Amino acid sequence: MTAPGHAARPQVPHAKSAPVAPKAQHIELRVGGMTCPHCPPRVEEALRKVDGVSHVHVSLAEGIAHVSFDPGRAAVADLIRGIRGSGYSAATAKTRIPIANMHCSSCVMRIELGLGMTPGVVKAEASSLTNAVDVEYVPEKTTLAALKSAIERAGYRVAEPRIEPGAEALEPEELAQQQEYALLMRKFWFAAAISVPVMALSYPDLISGLREWMPMGSDTRRAVWALLGVLSLPVLVWSGSQFYTGMWDALKHRAANMHTLIAIGITAAYLYSVVAVAMPELFPRMELAEVFWDVSTVVVALVVLGLALEIKAKGRTSEAIKKLIGLQAKTARVLRDGKEVDLPVEEVVAGDTVIVRPGDKIPVDGELLEGSSAVDESMITGESIPVEKRAGDEVIGSTLNKTGSFKFRATKVGKDTALANIIRMVKDAQGSKAPIQRVVDTVSGYFVPAVMILAILAFIAWYDFGPEPRIVFATIVLVTTLIIACPCALGLATPTSLTVGIGKGAENGILIRSGDALQSSEKLDTVILDKTGTITRGEPALTDVVAPKAQSEDEVLRLAASLERGSEHPLGEAIVKGADARKLALKDAKGFAAIPGHGVSGRIDDHDVLLGNAKLMRDRGIAIENLVPDWERLANEGKTPMFVGIDGKPGGLVAVADTVKPDSKVAIAALKRLGLEVVMLTGDNQRTAKAIAAEVGVDRVLAEVLPEDKAHEVQKLQLEGKAVGMVGDGINDAPALSQADVGFAIGTGTDVAIEASDVTLIKGSLMGVVTAIEISKATMGNVRQNLVGAFGYNVLGIPVAMGLLYPFFGVLLSPLIAAAAMAFSSVTVVTNANRLRFFEPRRLSS
Amino acid sequence: MTPDRWLVTLLGLGLIGFIVWFFWLKRSTGQRAAETSSGYQEAMILVKGGYTPDTIVVRAGKPVRLNFRREETASCSEKVIFADFNKSADLPTGQLVSVELLPKQPGEFGFACPMGMFRGRLIVE
Repeated sequence: MTAPGHAARPQVPHAKSAPVAPKAQHIELRVGGMTCPHCPPRVEEALRKVDGVSHVHVSLAEGIAHVSFDPGRAAVADLIRGIRGSGYSAATAKTRIPIANMHCSSCVMRIELGLGMTPGVVKAEASSLTNAVDVEYVPEKTTLAALKSAIERAGYRVAEPRIEPGAEALEPEELAQQQEYALLMRKFWFAAAISVPVMALSYPDLISGLREWMPMGSDTRRAVWALLGVLSLPVLVWSGSQFYTGMWDALKHRAANMHTLIAIGITAAYLYSVVAVAMPELFPRMELAEVFWDVSTVVVALVVLGLALEIKAKGRTSEAIKKLIGLQAKTARVLRDGKEVDLPVEEVVAGDTVIVRPGDKIPVDGELLEGSSAVDESMITGESIPVEKRAGDEVIGSTLNKTGSFKFRATKVGKDTALANIIRMVKDAQGSKAPIQRVVDTVSGYFVPAVMILAILAFIAWYDFGPEPRIVFATIVLVTTLIIACPCALGLATPTSLTVGIGKGAENGILIRSGDALQSSEKLDTVILDKTGTITRGEPALTDVVAPKAQSEDEVLRLAASLERGSEHPLGEAIVKGADARKLALKDAKGFAAIPGHGVSGRIDDHDVLLGNAKLMRDRGIAIENLVPDWERLANEGKTPMFVGIDGKPGGLVAVADTVKPDSKVAIAALKRLGLEVVMLTGDNQRTAKAIAAEVGVDRVLAEVLPEDKAHEVQKLQLEGKAVGMVGDGINDAPALSQADVGFAIGTGTDVAIEASDVTLIKGSLMGVVTAIEISKATMGNVRQNLVGAFGYNVLGIPVAMGLLYPFFGVLLSPLIAAAAMAFSSVTVVTNANRLRFFEPRRLSS
Repeated sequence: MTPDRWLVTLLGLGLIGFIVWFFWLKRSTGQRAAETSSGYQEAMILVKGGYTPDTIVVRAGKPVRLNFRREETASCSEKVIFADFNKSADLPTGQLVSVELLPKQPGEFGFACPMGMFRGRLIVE
């Protein structure tokens, strides 16, 4: 099929094609960047210039170019080039497909040619460096399946799974882990099975019957021992193979690791035994010609078991990220060419219209077009109450649609979705290092060679000054020292806890950017809260209606809201929303007029209605004296009260204010309980700021701070010697967030990748700050336990293994016990880190 | 001291000297990353018992792309961490994984596996 020349043009099954006579083909191409009415003619003109195009119509509203063209003379790629040439963008999808059998440089050309002939492909670029081909295609015209079959027709295989950041990446890794575990367990059982007879027969003097059957120095004993040596060899060679290959690979890089220590230890024990059996005459006395086969086999068995258990335990540390990856929807129902088609989620492109039914997972991020529903966003934000969505609202991919059906326009797909960003951020954070780890790194760089040196020193000391049989003691001490040392426990201590802790954060809607941020969060003693959008909702809402006489509150509000109905002023909108919430029927205002700086006026239901400040009322001769005390009270509470005048008489007051988020007060109390000083930062005047601060229980207020001075205020607190956390939105407060020791960005919806922040709170609640600090405290506590344990174990274990206790207590550690201790020290570290999985954020009531 | 004790002592001390020299004193000079037409400084790094090459020399201010290929299953090396750049990458066995960095300052930056058993250096000039 790869023959060039007259070979039939490959047909894509899904594409409309012209099999016989050149017949006009129709295509809809999405055009981006068209903002004004004069844009479509330009695109149309550019497309008409493309040879073979017979009819063009570009719709500004749809953002789509409808093109009829002769497929014999023009390819879709030409059309795309035409659109781009006119200065607009053509929406295409890009994907990277890995190729399994790309071995030569001519492969690159053949794959590119094969794909290039496929209708709908704009560009194909293969690279032998990445063993993959990058394809740009028009999603209306072809599908991923068609691209793959084009590659196969060119004689190549598509490597599965696709190298996409996110979704499938972990699965093969998990499989590899399982295989590794199974292999290690097989190795363990083999080593254990051999160890039993080897151990029994290595100590015949301790077992009656055996003692008589194979007495010391007899040929029987020598023969049995020689047989044991042969039996033990496969344990070393197969069960212990990873120690030797690991040692060798490391040695090539002039490095040493746990494998080096174990390999030298078991080899030393084995070689001593070989000499003892083969040349017992070398030893001055018969009892010195002992064998240590059991040491070799039991050490291998125990350490291999330890490695297997460690893999199991480590798999659990990344449970949180597996859960996140599992959230990804697999398919999406998309409108293509006016038809509903089910597509793999990878093929959805930005701009697609996606249809979601009740119970469906929302496949990608987007903006709701029509319909409404309640959406469960708990998997992303941690917020358990479903969120109401209407046209214009943002929907987040991987969340669950509950009640209604709706259509939405995809805005972010593939690796740009909120979920993909979260996964990437969590993975990066889990891979980052806490500053505490730097110390460990320095130590572990010297650790293994240092242990080897200590083991040699111990051997020399025991040989030169030790009791008889010196050579036996010296060998035991050498082997025990090498085996008890556990660099793994040291190396695992910090990263495993970080992985679990950061994962735990993600489960609670808290994205911790790095180990650094986690460690710094623990040490905070002051938290600065930006008022607007952090403590408060950040948008005004109706709070009070005052109607002293005659009129009812509802009537005052109804008239004020009707007047403001056409207004785009945020205060006006708040009044209208407030009236909607009370289900008041609003009317249209006649003769509406805005009086700049003062208020608005109009006629509603035969009433002349005025809404505005005191000056407006006085100018119109309305006596407002009776309302002034209420006005002052509301103003002192930090609200914005407005007078309502009806038919030339004082009607009442409506007050609007930025309202406090429901859980701000609880969260601030919780922060104080954690021992933090809470400071509120705002651009508001002292009076408003004090009122809000008193309401939520903040003691220290920094009011009238200009936006550009926020970072400076943070710095001033830092100069007081405080470790400062700053909580704000990621856009306006960015400089202050990066100035702070830890910047907490309050995010909502899909903009999770807030650059300036160290911690992002996906759910816009202050409780997240509390949870983040609690997680950091729990995690760093866990790290310290692990480090103390791992350091303590080595610092105590190595001297004991070297025989330091022997002169005083006559105690010498058996290499078998050393092996057990070593194997379980690293398992203990990982298990301790896994305890963090049970961390639950405190749910505080008032 | 008997002659055998002298022998063991001298051999042992010699061995210690060798360990110090072998693991700590000798350092590799490093390999210079190749500059590609796309403006990247690229280098291939094999992950097997360590990083080969383990020292990469690059120039400051130009993006660097390091292509890791892991050819072992030992769990230690499943991730590579560039602590100074706050970057990390999973290295599934047998797959080519690119790590892109932009070194702005000259200096020596380490990269390692999470447990610090495998180490490499990125020398920025």
